[in-house]
Amino acid sequence: MSELLQFLFSGLTVGAVYALVALGFTIIYNASDVVNFAQGEFVMLGGMVTWFGHAAGLPLPLAALVAILATAALGVAINKLAIEPARGAPVVSLIIITIGASVFLQGAAQLVFDKQIHSFPAFSGDTPLRIGGATIQPQSLWVIGGALVVFAGLWLFFTRTLLGRAVLATSNNRLAAQLVGINTNFVMTLSFALSAGIGALAGVLATPITLTAYNVGIGFALKGFAGAMLGGMGNPKGALAGGFLIGLIEALTAGYLSSTYKEAAAFVVILLVLFFMPQGLFGRKSTERV
Amino acid sequence: MKKTLTTTVPAALVALGLASAASAEIRLGASVSATGPAAFLGDPEAKTLEMLVEELNAKGGINGEEIALVLYDDGGDANKARTFATRLIEDDEVQAIIGGTTTGTSMSILSVAEDAEIPFISLAGAIDIIQPVKPFTFKTPHTDRMACQKIFEDMQKSGIQKIGMISGTDGFGASMQAQCKDVVGEYGIEIAADETYDPKDADMTAQLTKIRNADGVQAVLNPGFGQGPSIVTRNYRQLGIELPLYQSHGVASDGFIELAGKEAAEGVRLPGTALLVADLLAEDDPQKPVVTAYKAAYEGKFNEPVGTFGGYAHDGFALLVDAVTRAGSAEPAAIRDALEQTAGLAGTTGIYAMSPDNHLGLDLSAFRMLEVKDGRWSIVE
Amino acid sequence: MPRLTAKSATLLVLAALIAVTPFFFPSGYYYRVGALIFVNGLAVTGIVILTGYAGQISLGHAGFAGIGGYACALAPTHLGLHPSLAGVLGAVISAVLAYLVGRPILRLRGYYLAVATLGFGILVAMVLNNERALTGGPDGIAVPELGLRGLLKDWGLDLTNGQFWYFFCGIVLLIGAWIALNLHQSPGGRALRALHGSEIAAGTVGIDVARVKLQAFVISAVYASVAGSLVALQNKFITPDIAGFMHSIEMVTMAVLGGAGSVLGAIFGAGILTLLPQVLTVLAEYEQLVLGLVMMLVMIFLREGLLPSVLRKLRGRGE
Repeated sequence: MSELLQFLFSGLTVGAVYALVALGFTIIYNASDVVNFAQGEFVMLGGMVTWFGHAAGLPLPLAALVAILATAALGVAINKLAIEPARGAPVVSLIIITIGASVFLQGAAQLVFDKQIHSFPAFSGDTPLRIGGATIQPQSLWVIGGALVVFAGLWLFFTRTLLGRAVLATSNNRLAAQLVGINTNFVMTLSFALSAGIGALAGVLATPITLTAYNVGIGFALKGFAGAMLGGMGNPKGALAGGFLIGLIEALTAGYLSSTYKEAAAFVVILLVLFFMPQGLFGRKSTERV
Repeated sequence: MKKTLTTTVPAALVALGLASAASAEIRLGASVSATGPAAFLGDPEAKTLEMLVEELNAKGGINGEEIALVLYDDGGDANKARTFATRLIEDDEVQAIIGGTTTGTSMSILSVAEDAEIPFISLAGAIDIIQPVKPFTFKTPHTDRMACQKIFEDMQKSGIQKIGMISGTDGFGASMQAQCKDVVGEYGIEIAADETYDPKDADMTAQLTKIRNADGVQAVLNPGFGQGPSIVTRNYRQLGIELPLYQSHGVASDGFIELAGKEAAEGVRLPGTALLVADLLAEDDPQKPVVTAYKAAYEGKFNEPVGTFGGYAHDGFALLVDAVTRAGSAEPAAIRDALEQTAGLAGTTGIYAMSPDNHLGLDLSAFRMLEVKDGRWSIVE
Repeated sequence: MPRLTAKSATLLVLAALIAVTPFFFPSGYYYRVGALIFVNGLAVTGIVILTGYAGQISLGHAGFAGIGGYACALAPTHLGLHPSLAGVLGAVISAVLAYLVGRPILRLRGYYLAVATLGFGILVAMVLNNERALTGGPDGIAVPELGLRGLLKDWGLDLTNGQFWYFFCGIVLLIGAWIALNLHQSPGGRALRALHGSEIAAGTVGIDVARVKLQAFVISAVYASVAGSLVALQNKFITPDIAGFMHSIEMVTMAVLGGAGSVLGAIFGAGILTLLPQVLTVLAEYEQLVLGLVMMLVMIFLREGLLPSVLRKLRGRGE
């Protein structure tokens, strides 16, 4: 029993990180139909900039704030400089543009910072909490809480606010959205800022657990992408569920079957789900215009 | 159409040649993994080589000849490493090559170097690189097998008979895992649990819980490098596991203690090199001056702690300089012959003595069993 | 002057390039780079069929390259096959696997197809990485010598190792390009290209969409597999990197950067992206920065890819 609980804690910790990344994917996808493969680099930057600021003497919360704001600004810049000029390009081209952005950010990070592995102190100390014979680090609660809060915020944003609905309207039909007076450029800017900020937040929350380095972004992007697709791209509920599911599948496979093939299990589940539900668990049905 | 293409390609080819124009007396090639998954190992190697070449040239070079270093970053990719090895030999016309951060890249470089009869000093762990002995290939790091032997010797002394292993699935972890499983029987030790993790994993409590619950485990061994072992060490303390924890030489650096946290790292043992305990070495230890000088120079210049891997590059370079000096010539064949006659050369990793049937030249004594005590490395024994 | 068809023009340009450029090579290293361009060009020609013609995305084709490569490493030792037959075996396995995997996942669209193929590629890479007893694990495994070079020597044609692989890969690329170009003009090829516009529209005019997509997937898998075999045989050594995610991305990037709509464009892209890291060594630590920048700039400003855009510019000036 305590064994199962420990596996669940492990899965929730890792799953929360994936969920945060997946939520970041969702926002940009909702606004622009672009899957931003540079999402992982936002997570990396959140961690690296915070470490850098903290090492330079800033108090941790301030360093984290700087990291989130700087990354959000960078997200806006990527939208303005790389995504907007490529509007209407096919999916493959957009994938390559965002992967190009990811390679670029990685190259920049190794120049500005370094190639070492870094970390900063956990927010609430390192004394593990004991629950039912299993243990969890306080920082894990921060990450899980972060994922839930971000999800709730996004859900409210998309369903209860005019601006959030404007984002969804822009994604459904850009022209129609413009016709009813939505400033679609502003919507795009906002989405990238929000998405990059959430990515950076994930980096800030997760670094005391996962550690960070200039090249950790790709790993986060892959898992977050997989989580978002498993849940159904574009739906915050799907992103949250997909991220946590992948984390839990990995931990339970590692615990009960084979730690070597735990990631294989996650991808097999994704392939199976997509086989029966081609739009993911919570995805919308889309129709192709001829 | 045809015209565009034929003019573009030769233009690109001319650009390729740009990098290889320098003319100095001794041309040294290097291909290391300064980026990519093995950057944690390759980056300090690249920095070390650049620093040492600069130092040596400032002092007037070897036998009055300066060294020109041509260094490429193969990103840990074996295919790229082979291309760079070809480029170093055919295009840059180097007289010797140091590099091959990973076993995969080393195997690629060595086959090119052997064909061209250019001496190659590898910085990777696997025993296959130098066994069977290949005439032009040498290497500086201990083999994974030796690290396993050193660890199992120490376990044997403490009466440990059953252990759990948790290994990274990267080249370093997987190779050492296989070697340890191969050699463990000779020490009367049984592996009761054998788990792995991906180098990018963020939490290893599931695997460690499984190991803890395996019957009669008395100690845990974690072959791996990068962030994995730090996370394993933290999770180990989080779960409150009281058994001795052994890490590998893959994390032999002050950086490990910092990342794992002083409290979590307390009591961790690993087979390390003299480099980590420079200030604890006896005054008459032949490695003391080498280790102290390298540590001071590297940490002063790059503001980051020295580690075992940078030390491998240091020793590779030291072996080469020693060989060229003794040979009095920088002809590849002469360097090769002199390398093979290396005797009593003190490096950061150990004291090297090569022979025609031993192209590694280190024995188990080069490893020192280290333990984290009060947040610092100390020598066990 | 009689107008050349696009097909023979493409093949002529390729053949001329392969034959003529060696006269400009200052050292043996350039044969190696050339051979790599041809191997990448072959893999990318498969992507043209899948992505350029049929409009389907794959982020997992390196998995097939891995199968082709490891077939050459394993079949000779375990099954006693000649390395060349091992390559054929790899291609057959890749085709069968592509058929089995393609049936369910090609029903998916866009990003869903991308993640499914990604998952497939990662699974292959994972098996190659973890089944150490068979594959040698992440450290890689030796591949036996093809032996053709020795045979040629007996017949009086003495080539260096670099020269041999340059011409051998060049010839395989020519054959691959010829097949792809023929396919482009065949009725099947027209059906493929109809998918690119709109699958529903293609369906309504009586094209069996699922079958045609599957064909494209299987054929492109064979291209990737043969390319993987050539890398393995040439290097006489192989590591699981060949099946890795980054290699899949590299293939797609080469094709799209050069112009995935045409064989020549894609091969041009393979050439540029193979040369770029070699040229960028001058920039040392700025390499990644520049590579990322190039990827973004080309896709933003030359949307159809480098070659088509450059050709259009030239044609525009000529008129």
